[in-house]
Amino acid sequence: MKLTADQVKKVAKLANLPLSDEEIEKYSGQLSKILDYIDQLNSADTSEVEPTFNVTGLSNVLREDKVGESLPQEEALQNASQVKDGFFVTKGVFEE
Amino acid sequence: MSDSDLTKLTLIETIKGLKNKQFSGEELNNTYRERIKQLNPKLNAYLWTAEKSSGIPAAIKDIIITKNIPTTAGSKILEGFIPPYDATVIERLKVKGIGVVGKTNCDEFAMGSSGENSAYGVAKNSWDLSKVPGGSSSGSSAAVASDMCVFALGTDTGGSIRQPASLCGVVGLKPSYGRVSRYGAIAMASSFDQIGPITKTVADARQVLEWISGPDGYDGNCVEEGFRVKGKGYGENLKGLKVGIPKEYFGKGLDQGVEKVVREAIKKLEELGAEIVEVTLPHTEYGIAAYYIIMASEVSSNLAKYDGIRFGGTRDKFGDEAKRRIMLGTFALSSGYYDDYYAKAARVRTLIKEDFAKAFEKCDVIVGPVSPTVAWNLGEKTQDPLTMYLSDAYTIPASLAGIPGLSVPCGFVNNLPVGLQILGKYMDEETILNVGEVYEKATSWHKEKPKI
Repeated sequence: MKLTADQVKKVAKLANLPLSDEEIEKYSGQLSKILDYIDQLNSADTSEVEPTFNVTGLSNVLREDKVGESLPQEEALQNASQVKDGFFVTKGVFEE
Repeated sequence: MSDSDLTKLTLIETIKGLKNKQFSGEELNNTYRERIKQLNPKLNAYLWTAEKSSGIPAAIKDIIITKNIPTTAGSKILEGFIPPYDATVIERLKVKGIGVVGKTNCDEFAMGSSGENSAYGVAKNSWDLSKVPGGSSSGSSAAVASDMCVFALGTDTGGSIRQPASLCGVVGLKPSYGRVSRYGAIAMASSFDQIGPITKTVADARQVLEWISGPDGYDGNCVEEGFRVKGKGYGENLKGLKVGIPKEYFGKGLDQGVEKVVREAIKKLEELGAEIVEVTLPHTEYGIAAYYIIMASEVSSNLAKYDGIRFGGTRDKFGDEAKRRIMLGTFALSSGYYDDYYAKAARVRTLIKEDFAKAFEKCDVIVGPVSPTVAWNLGEKTQDPLTMYLSDAYTIPASLAGIPGLSVPCGFVNNLPVGLQILGKYMDEETILNVGEVYEKATSWHKEKPKI
C-alpha cells in the first residue's frame, strides 16, 4: 500500500511527532515499502482464527486496593523540566 | 591469578573464587574497571561506568532503570534522566551481591538489530571492530564477549538478546513471556518485552534466571513462580530427548556458511544421543510482517508518554527508527486501517503460536539458527529499514508465541561467531538450558575469545 505525503502528515499529527518536509518525504517512501511487505499477511487464511493480544491469556489482573509505598514527592518530580510549588508545570490545555 | 585470567572467569567460577578467597571483591572490581577503561573506548559498549563499584560486576542494558544512575534507553529524549528507583531485576541482583559496573549501549528504546540506532554511537563487535555487534542488546553482548563484565542483562522483544549474543559468540537467554517482571524496564512493545541474561556459559544464564525471575506484584503478566531447577538434567548425554528441526528455518536467505555450522551442531546433538525429528512451522513466513505491525502499534502507544513534562525531552528528540515505528504503529491503529493491519496481524499471531504448539507435540525442543548471517559491516543495512527487519526472521516467531529461546555459541564463519537457537515449550526454560549445557560441555566454542 502506498502512503502519500498527506497521509504521512496526518499520521504524524495523530502521533504528535514534529516532522520536517524531508522526513515526510522519506517516511512516505519507507513506510510504503514496509506496508507493501506487510500486505503478504492477506494471503494467510485467518477466517476461523481468534486474535492473540497477549500470550498469557491473563486479563484483569488486579491487586488489593491497599495503599503501598510510593515515591516521595521530591523524587517523583526530580526529572521534570519545570516544577512549581511541588507540581509539574505543563502548557495550558485551553486557550486563554 | 593474572588480570585477564580473572576477567575470563564465568559467573559460577567468580562466585566460587570469592568464596574461597582466591581474590577479593575489591581486586575483582578494580580489574574489571581497569579493563573497561582500556577497552571501552574501542568498543563503545558502555554508556556509563561506575567510578567505584562493589559486588560481582554486572553490565546492565541502559533500558533497565537503576536508582541514581543515568538511564537513557539509547535515546536523546532521556538524556540526563536519573531514575528515582531500581527496576525489580536490579533490586533482586543487589540482594545476591551483584553490583552495577556500567550501563550498556543499545538501540534507541531497544528498536534495532545492529546497535546502530543508539543515539550515543554504535557499539562494535569485539571479534571485528568493523562489524555490528547485533542488537538491540548491543553493548551488553559486546561487554560479555570482551570480558568487560562477569555477565549482563539485556531485553528481548523480537530477538534482542538472542541475536546479539549469537553475533558476539556468547550465551543469551530470552525467558518465556511472563517469567521475569518488567517493572523498571522501559517499555517498548509490552506483549513481547522480556528481560534476560547474557552470559559466558549456560550455567551462568540459569543462575541469573533463578535470581531475577518470579512475580513482584508490579507486572500483571508475571504471575508464575520464579524459575527453579526441578529435574536432574541430562548429565553427559541427551538420550531420550527429541529435537525438532523446522525446515522453514533452513530456506532462502540463510547464509550457506551459517547453515553448515548449524547443521554440524545438530549432528553433534544427535551424537550426544538426541533423536532428530523434522517439524514444520508453516506460518513462519508471516512472522516478520505480523510482528512489525503488532510491535509498532504497541510502540506507538508506549512512546506516547514522552511529552517532555514529567521526565525526558520533547518529541523532536526521537531518532529515526523510533519515529518510523511510532508512525507505522499509529497508522496501523488508525481508524479505517485497524482491522486490515492490527487485527489481522493479531490473528496471524495465533497461527504462529499454534504452529509451535503442534510442533512441540512431536519434540521437546526446536533447534535452528539464531540469525541468517554472521555479523555484517557497520552501515551495511542502515539505509534500508526493511532489509534490517528481515534479519530477525528466526527469532521473531518465538517472540510472537511467547516461548523461551536460548542462543549458544556453535562455531564460526570467517572468524565471526554463529549461535545455535534452542527454543522450548512455554515456561520450560529448564529443558533448553539443559540441552544447551550438554552441548556446551561437549564443545569448546564458548571458550574462544576475541583478540581485541
